Amino acid sequence: MSIIPLILTVTLAPLMLGVINRTKAVIGGRQGQPLAQPYYNLWKLLGKGAVYSHTASWVFRAGPIVTLASVLVAAALMPLGSCPSLVSFSGDLVLFAYLLGLGRFFTVTAAMDTGSAFEGMGGSREVFFSTLAEPALLLGLAAVAKKAIGTPLVSLTEIHAHVTASLWAHSGLILVFVAVAFVIVFLAENSRIPVDDPNTHLELTMIHEVMVLDHSGPDFAFILYGAALKLWVLAALIVGMVIPNTGYFIVDLPISLVGMLAVSVMVGVIESVMARLRLLRVSQLLVSATAMTALALVLEYRG
Amino acid sequence: MGTFADMVLVFVLLINLVLLGSSRLASCIRQVAIQGVVLGILPILVAGDAFHLRLLVLASGVFLLKGFVFPNLLFRSMRTANTRHEATPIIGQTASVVMGVVIVVASFWLTSSLELPPAEQAASDLVVPVSLATLLTGLLLIVSRHQALSQVVGYLVLENGVFIFGAALARDEPLLVEMGVLLDVLVAVLVMGIAMFHISRTFDHIDVEQLSQLRD
Repeated sequence: MSIIPLILTVTLAPLMLGVINRTKAVIGGRQGQPLAQPYYNLWKLLGKGAVYSHTASWVFRAGPIVTLASVLVAAALMPLGSCPSLVSFSGDLVLFAYLLGLGRFFTVTAAMDTGSAFEGMGGSREVFFSTLAEPALLLGLAAVAKKAIGTPLVSLTEIHAHVTASLWAHSGLILVFVAVAFVIVFLAENSRIPVDDPNTHLELTMIHEVMVLDHSGPDFAFILYGAALKLWVLAALIVGMVIPNTGYFIVDLPISLVGMLAVSVMVGVIESVMARLRLLRVSQLLVSATAMTALALVLEYRG
Repeated sequence: MGTFADMVLVFVLLINLVLLGSSRLASCIRQVAIQGVVLGILPILVAGDAFHLRLLVLASGVFLLKGFVFPNLLFRSMRTANTRHEATPIIGQTASVVMGVVIVVASFWLTSSLELPPAEQAASDLVVPVSLATLLTGLLLIVSRHQALSQVVGYLVLENGVFIFGAALARDEPLLVEMGVLLDVLVAVLVMGIAMFHISRTFDHIDVEQLSQLRD
């Protein structure tokens, strides 16, 4: 039963990307791409050949592979719909945050390995924003763990199992703060509006897309698939915190899948109604997310 | 954490942080108005069985004053004072929000080390920390803003903090005292509005940073 979240993650992650694109198209009055378009894109890219620059080293070739591998291992840590995750031990939420960090590190170094100025600029922006977003993630997880269980260093599966309706009735305020902060962290980590525009074609305004400009063929397929996996895993984190569990996975699993669909539609709506914030405002948004989780933690320790 | 009074107090804390992070004067004025109105409803919520008519009079007075009169006065001052509608704090917005969180942590710590008389009628145990935090946030707003109008907003936040403290520990305050406090605040805001009008007419701005320079 603990293999179910991983199987769902691996198969359904590009569908989430398709739902986001379809939502944006429907709001924009267009027909939009087919829902399975990301799968066709991945298949097409896997069949192409890759072009490598003469000045790039092994880091450039290793970047996409390590990114995909780290996100896959992080997906093995994430529970969904009261099915426990494949691997869970006490303190694995720290490992989760740092696996995502490892993937980010290799993406940035692969970008800087090309020697181009634009990739370096995108790398520095990406690292700056994730520095601001990481405390929000860890503090939010610590606040929910402390409230639900009593010690902050438990496994993600245990936290997920304890988010029940009684927890919501007893301390819903802390969960609301943490959920809003996690949504901001989700938008920042996955380079969505208002932090970054995934559709921009201007290199000066790119953050995440500019780092992957030089990858092609199967490398680019790995990067796209890894990005879809990261989208799914962080959305599963939000859904796990927000939707109360009953304990029976027959009931909880479909509800969680509906929750993932709701998160995709919400991201599509946010992307359609907002524009990307100025870079100064983005850092203020991320600091306010950290402030909210710090407030939740303080209230937890005192309230 | 589940009682209504707790939720109201946490909402007040949240508005403090939002105030520290917002730079546009119009939204600052509206946020402090919302904070004042919510705090006016608080005594009715926590009265429970000791509900008097005077609580209703007080709440309606606070609602009118802090929800309509003060924002009107401040918006009128904003229009006549020829001011830029952006107020960047001296220490920067990110640092202000971080200071706001530090203030909340410090006020919780201070409360746990103060030896207060046992307030058996207090609505929740969050009241004293939240009032200290609101006081210190108002002080931070006064100290760290350029525009005189933002400093008036900081003064109103300070007064909200004092109000929470009074609602917690002095449950049976006579109506006269509370009405007197409200009248005090009204007169203070009126006088500050007149002062800002004169400053802006003389110097063509209300930026207090530039008032300390010797050249014209």
